Amino acid sequence: MAEDISIGQVPTIEKVAESRAAVASGRRRQFTRRTESVGAHVIMIITVIIAIFPLLTIISTSFKIPADVFTPNVQLIPAHPTLANYQYVLAGEFPTWLLNSIKVSLLTTLVGVALAAPAAYAFSRWDFLGKQGLLISFLVTQMFPAPLLLVPLYLLFVNLNLLDNVPALVIVYATTALPFSVWMLKNFFDSVPKELDEAARVDGLGPFRTFWQIVLPLTIPGVAVVAFFNFMAAWNEFLWAFTFLTSESNWTLAIGIKQYVHAFGADWGYLTAASVLVTIPVLIAFLWAQRYLISGLTGGSVKG
Amino acid sequence: MAVVAKTPRPSARADQIRRERIQRLKITGRAYLWLSPIIISMVVIVAYPLIQGLIYSFTNADQSNVALHLGAITLPATYKFIGLQNYASIIGDWFNPKSDNAHVLWITFLWVLLNAIFHFVLGLGLALVLNRKMRLRSIYRMLLMVPWAMPQYIAAFAWLFLFNQQYGFIDVMLQNIGLPAIDWASDPNWALASIIIVNVWLGVPFMTVTLLGGLQSIPDEMYEASAIDGASRWQQFRYITLPMLRPIAFLVTLLDVIWTFNVFAVIFLITAGGPFSSTTTIIVQAWRVAIQTPQRFGLGSAYGYIILAILLVFTLFYSRMLRANEAIY
Repeated sequence: MAEDISIGQVPTIEKVAESRAAVASGRRRQFTRRTESVGAHVIMIITVIIAIFPLLTIISTSFKIPADVFTPNVQLIPAHPTLANYQYVLAGEFPTWLLNSIKVSLLTTLVGVALAAPAAYAFSRWDFLGKQGLLISFLVTQMFPAPLLLVPLYLLFVNLNLLDNVPALVIVYATTALPFSVWMLKNFFDSVPKELDEAARVDGLGPFRTFWQIVLPLTIPGVAVVAFFNFMAAWNEFLWAFTFLTSESNWTLAIGIKQYVHAFGADWGYLTAASVLVTIPVLIAFLWAQRYLISGLTGGSVKG
Repeated sequence: MAVVAKTPRPSARADQIRRERIQRLKITGRAYLWLSPIIISMVVIVAYPLIQGLIYSFTNADQSNVALHLGAITLPATYKFIGLQNYASIIGDWFNPKSDNAHVLWITFLWVLLNAIFHFVLGLGLALVLNRKMRLRSIYRMLLMVPWAMPQYIAAFAWLFLFNQQYGFIDVMLQNIGLPAIDWASDPNWALASIIIVNVWLGVPFMTVTLLGGLQSIPDEMYEASAIDGASRWQQFRYITLPMLRPIAFLVTLLDVIWTFNVFAVIFLITAGGPFSSTTTIIVQAWRVAIQTPQRFGLGSAYGYIILAILLVFTLFYSRMLRANEAIY
């Protein structure tokens, strides 16, 4: 603004007033920008507290003795910290549920990726009759409410004696995750140039070896994301497991942990200790994988 | 010469067309071979139940009359075809004020509508804040993700703990500022609000992240050009941000409505549909009817189809509405 009133020019009253106003408005703008920035941080801090508070209470409660669980004053840091809840949980049925959950989730991951990857490659690379129809019908299945499939599958499993059968549950999980897995993997495969396939063909590689040796190794991050999604879906699932796994020895964590809740309340110490053991590993894995997950969902449009 | 040269050409072209057709058939055959595992599993896990469910929905099948294979003994099915009775009784109940199920439709409507509104408004607000350049942005974004990353059933238990009467955290806070304690999940007037709070908490991160992706894909040049033209920030938001966000906002709200409609674990674990059915949505009701004794499979299947019909009609209506609106821009 100083240049406006340059040397050799006689500043008119209007010009001086104008430049003063400009400086003032600049200051005002800077002031609003600062308040805005403070406001943004305040909003984010409040939101983050709300977002993580339930997790914090779980962690805190898991280290409390029963007398400290409910107190008239909020006690975020345990007054009498103890590991007794963890000892009790780990000595009980929890390890069985944990093993069951790991088994179901790993198998789901394996089956899910093995089913989805070749299909996604076919969708990505070849033009064939009925391709669009199939892709769209996959999306429509996302709309099916679980109860719609639950009843006939329940009866089918009862009749085939597959109720309470872990592999059967795995097939259900992997299949219900298929539409998402196939779409995600197709997007990842699409990002590999088709010229590579051409070159492989010229070199005499068949379609399967092209897929297995050339394209798949280039999309390992994508495969990892889809594998992770399948794992999480099985790890976190409640309704199917609750309905299909009837015997206690097959229970996964979701059903098992529910045992700590009963009609008149809950064993909060045990429940929270078990919850922490279930949540922390997947939480860390999720926070690590979220960037890839989101870029797969939004076509890479999320920046820093 | 010209005549001689012309004759092989059409045959060559026909040959080529034939070869291309064979090539195409070959590729189609190969594609279906590669797709066969997922097609088989989709047929068994999705298509078969869909058709079988449609058949059940016209019968009075339940625990006592379906076919049973107990080792070597097979008990034949004795359920009867009852036409549209299941559908008629479900829909009739919704509009019969004396029935116990009269409010299920209304509760489901409130549940979906309030969740969708809060998810979208809070998600958009947070996305707008996070879209500014600010310090600690990636840490904020990561911590915001926690509700999405927690297993839903764990989140449900955590909130059940916070909602605890008398000494739950929320009631302690309310009493500290001189308000009366609320029984939350066990008070019929507050139970629906309780589960909506939990589901909003669970759903906002996904909304925020996808809308943030949408915001970041809007070119900066559009804002710069409009600033030169003297547009105010509100005008920029109204005439650039909102229209540009429309496609992704449409997709995520559609998904959100479908997902919210189908939420089961959160409701079941926090209120189990109670107290006095004040949180029984259609999904919870369908599960109860079909799986709890006397396991009325026929009625449960009819519920499944009614839910599917509602979601399909909503999707069609919603996309039609969107397309009609698009003409304005």
